Amino acid sequence: MSKRAAQAFRHDGDVVCAVRGLTKTYPAVRGRRGAPGTPEVRATDDVTLDIRRGEIFGLLGPNGAGKSTLVRQLTGLMRPDTGSVEILGHDIVRHPERAARILAYLGQESTALDELTVSLAAETTGRLRGLDVRRARAERDDVLDELGLASLAGRPLKKLSGGQRRLACFAAALVGERPLLVLDEPTTGMDPVARRAVWSAVDRRRAERGTTVLLVTHNVIEAETVLDRVAVLDRGRVIACDTPGGLKEQVAGEVRVDLVWRDAAPLHVPEVAALRDRVVEAGRRWTLRLGPEEARAVVATVTGGAAFAALDDFTLATPSLEDVYLALGGAARQGLVKA
Amino acid sequence: MSVVPADVLPGSALAAEEPAANAAELGPRARLWPSLAAVYRAQLSRARVARIPLLFVATFQSIGIMILMRGVVDDGAEAQAVVAGSSVLVVAFVALNLLAQYFGQLRASGGLDHYATLPVPPAAVVLGAAGAYASFTVPGTVVTAVFGCVLFGLPLAHLWILVAVIPLAGAALAGLGAALGLLAPRPELATLLGQMGMSAALLLGVLPADRMPEVVRFTRDLLPSTYGVEAFARTFGPDPDWAFVLGDLAVCGAVGVVSLAVATWAYRRAAVR
Repeated sequence: MSKRAAQAFRHDGDVVCAVRGLTKTYPAVRGRRGAPGTPEVRATDDVTLDIRRGEIFGLLGPNGAGKSTLVRQLTGLMRPDTGSVEILGHDIVRHPERAARILAYLGQESTALDELTVSLAAETTGRLRGLDVRRARAERDDVLDELGLASLAGRPLKKLSGGQRRLACFAAALVGERPLLVLDEPTTGMDPVARRAVWSAVDRRRAERGTTVLLVTHNVIEAETVLDRVAVLDRGRVIACDTPGGLKEQVAGEVRVDLVWRDAAPLHVPEVAALRDRVVEAGRRWTLRLGPEEARAVVATVTGGAAFAALDDFTLATPSLEDVYLALGGAARQGLVKA
Repeated sequence: MSVVPADVLPGSALAAEEPAANAAELGPRARLWPSLAAVYRAQLSRARVARIPLLFVATFQSIGIMILMRGVVDDGAEAQAVVAGSSVLVVAFVALNLLAQYFGQLRASGGLDHYATLPVPPAAVVLGAAGAYASFTVPGTVVTAVFGCVLFGLPLAHLWILVAVIPLAGAALAGLGAALGLLAPRPELATLLGQMGMSAALLLGVLPADRMPEVVRFTRDLLPSTYGVEAFARTFGPDPDWAFVLGDLAVCGAVGVVSLAVATWAYRRAAVR
């Protein structure tokens, strides 16, 4: 964890969710006939975090980094082996049932709502959050209007596209106000209009009610644009925690160069061949992380002379959170999405 | 589980379990009956989307069985057993088999998380779903019973007994189905158990009992649907013995209470891992 973030944790009064030393180990599975065993896995490994009131706090990491396991422990769905979770003063490890009365959770699965209409899914969820019929209906109508779902209100979720269904589940999560929203990849499959609806609904709740948001994502662009602070997870551990800008400062000295070749890389050009052992190769795409001077030299080389004929496209970019993840020693070379 | 809303209790009543003084106020709990009604209504609406499996398949199956048995059984006690067995089979198919599959899939896919992160009593989720599945059986059971009576020339006079048979057999079989679906470690296993329960209800309920060997008859006595079948079959006689009818229905009701309690426990266990 960065020093800056650690200092910010000192003023305790505004901490909505305090996580200390959270560890969960999945036991080893013994191999059976035809199925190989799996070794013991530390899904979350000594995770310590503070989420402050009114912020959008992100958990970023590739698939399998332990994001969803961590969130399941924060929402009372899973008991950690050791460690503590305190949300707004309530001990969630000891009283997991209280989580449902403090937070709203949008999981990745919609099976419980799939055969309901959008309107009934939202209304029922509101009623199960303790609202009476009239309040549940009023809030349902407000939320569906706010998210532009009113025209789909009578359609079953099953018949909607993936992004629309996700938006309908998000609507259900908003009915029956909660001070903490836990959203597990809420915008998966959504078009830009739906995404904008989600983030403006979140912003409105932050501005009007000081709602806090815990967002799970593996989308780097989304993380950079919407998050106030982000914890980067890798193999169950928090490897960094800061603002996106603060994290990017750690690799500020670097520039990313992406080269896309028409066919194969022109290895007969000596300058290109020399780069070979420093690139991350993905098909026709080469990715390099270089100092600014060096990057300029590489671009000059490939845009002039023999290499240019083989070049399809190139980009020069300042570091993204993906570069931060890799620079911090993140194990997965792929798995973060840029979209 | 308390059915009193938290927000009507004075602060001191909760003080024993409320720890830190600076802890934020919790949102209200959903009370048992309103949330049960909400779950029931939502589940019931699923019939609009999944009409064919939930409402029609079981009825066609039972009517087909009765037509097949028409040439095999005589018109007396055996016909009564076939009509009663086929009618209750509709309940077994939907409430036991389909509900076991539903909960099995919900558990395996993580759909239970949705309910587990809402402050809703477990009993509301289980009873709401079981009640809806029992309700899905009403049209099919009535249609099957009327069709059977006409087919075998049985009196329609006491068909009103279905008003008691459907909910009580429905409670027993839906409770069993919910428990099997929530306890099965894998969804395929939940499907298999549901199918087997339904097959047992078919073989042991529809076929006349007096032709069966002793061991099979004992198994038949263990199956809750049997008591629904017996209660219903007795009412076709010229002078039904209502005490026995009540006794059979009481067994259904007792099994229903126990199995729904087990299903509620199984839900709690499945919801938090």
